[in-house]
Amino acid sequence: MRNVVPILTVVCTLLVIWYAAAVWLNAPWAYNKAERAGIELNFADLVSDTWSQDKPKLPAPHQVGAEIWKTTGEMVLNGRGFSKRSLIYHSWVTFSATALGFLLGTGLGIALAIGIVYNRTMDMSVMPWVIASQTIPILAIAPMIIVVLNAVGISGLLPKAMISMYLSFFPVVVGMVKGLRSPAPMQLDQMRTWSATPAQTFWRLRLPSSMPYLFASLKIGMAASLVGAIVGELPTGAVAGLGARLLAGSYYGQTIQIWSALIMAATLAAILVGLIGVLQRITLKRMGMA
Amino acid sequence: MTDETVISAKDLSLTFQTNDGPVHALKDVTLDVRKGDFVSFIGPSGCGKTTFLRCMADLEHPTGGTITVNGVSPEEARKSRAYGYVFQAAGLYPWRTIGGNIRMPLEIMGYAKAEQDQRVARVLELVDLAGFEKKFPWQLSGGMQQRASIARALSFDADILLMDEPFGALDEIVRDHLNEQLLSLWDRTDKTICFVTHSIPEAVYLSTKIVVMSPRPGRITDVIESPLPRERPLDIRDTPEFIEIAHRVRDGLRAGYGDAI
Repeated sequence: MRNVVPILTVVCTLLVIWYAAAVWLNAPWAYNKAERAGIELNFADLVSDTWSQDKPKLPAPHQVGAEIWKTTGEMVLNGRGFSKRSLIYHSWVTFSATALGFLLGTGLGIALAIGIVYNRTMDMSVMPWVIASQTIPILAIAPMIIVVLNAVGISGLLPKAMISMYLSFFPVVVGMVKGLRSPAPMQLDQMRTWSATPAQTFWRLRLPSSMPYLFASLKIGMAASLVGAIVGELPTGAVAGLGARLLAGSYYGQTIQIWSALIMAATLAAILVGLIGVLQRITLKRMGMA
Repeated sequence: MTDETVISAKDLSLTFQTNDGPVHALKDVTLDVRKGDFVSFIGPSGCGKTTFLRCMADLEHPTGGTITVNGVSPEEARKSRAYGYVFQAAGLYPWRTIGGNIRMPLEIMGYAKAEQDQRVARVLELVDLAGFEKKFPWQLSGGMQQRASIARALSFDADILLMDEPFGALDEIVRDHLNEQLLSLWDRTDKTICFVTHSIPEAVYLSTKIVVMSPRPGRITDVIESPLPRERPLDIRDTPEFIEIAHRVRDGLRAGYGDAI
């Protein structure tokens, strides 16, 4: 509970800045309208106009809030919570790609890390490629992944998940290589004095030692997965998902729609990363490492 | 006590190649350890005492000479689980309970579950930690952790116990107590113990044989067969015999330094 006051203070400050910025950015259009109508704007009129435009440069927080409510809670109350106009539906679409991509990325990342730690050839050769893969802008490669996979008959969820995987395996590789190498030389010597097999050393020493590193990586990987899924929806003419909402919003100048999709994406990311945090706390506590 | 030789090193040498040229960690070391001996290795840092112990455990590979453990190569001895090794730090796994830690080598060696339970209970008794099986390492003091680590090394009934400064990080009072316990444990189990230390009183108090080593190159300068009886109360350290051996050890250490400088 100690955290409540500082958090509220930050939130309030952000809201104040946001409202002020809305006035500032939307004022030219308000003046423009007033000039054409031949009326003089006083300050109160100006503020109320800038906070209630249809297509503002920067929508005010309450406009975004109202839009989010209209496309989530209100639709649920009307029993249409999963209709194609609902943000819950779009979040679900994006979430499924994120989750699948995250699982694939985590699997690939751990597999590569094990290869790098146990195989000298992979140790010398894989890492540069892993790093190179991340220097390619995802926006450039995403459409190609979609097109290529589509050409071989794979469409729907998997191509988006592949893009998520492409972004999320990297932190897992880096974290797990470090984690699997984290046991002290003494601990490895000890395993040797017991004539432990490599598999026993892996399951009983290296893997448990790597857990704190794995969870730190998973948090980054999850956020990267979400970015990947959204990016995967952008260039593909996808009709569903938060990325599609963002794109549609920008086509039609629907800034309120863009911002509400953004806030939904941020909320989704916070929930997913928070879930990993809970999982981390439970696991490490049970392992006596937290 | 029998005269059976358990560990035998002959002209053992180990040279590390470093960027500053070769380092002679061990040079022409010859030593026999008999069954039931309690042998202490003492010397300043860099004298090769830990390296020697690691050679016995097949954790280092000598570059010259021969060494046998139980009559076979250290590698075979390691694979047949001939020795338990206690490291400088307790090295308990934080994610396992004390019982789970002691169980670790037993799991690796494939003992049946019931046998594991029985052995864990027995060695915990042996090091006076009965009742702590379900505790996690962080709930125990440093001395208790080190005892748990000794219990772990004892759990699979190896005849040889190799100990690398096991009490080095503990305070004097705890150390005295553990020394006493270690002696009584050695007395009850009839194990052969090789014990690395840099404390003269500890070496003299514990050992039947004290090996004094000196650095650059690492070698043995003196081997002292202790005339002290097997039964040793703590106040034996005030007797003239004890003080005389301690003197001889100190002289050996000084001589080693003398010609190294």
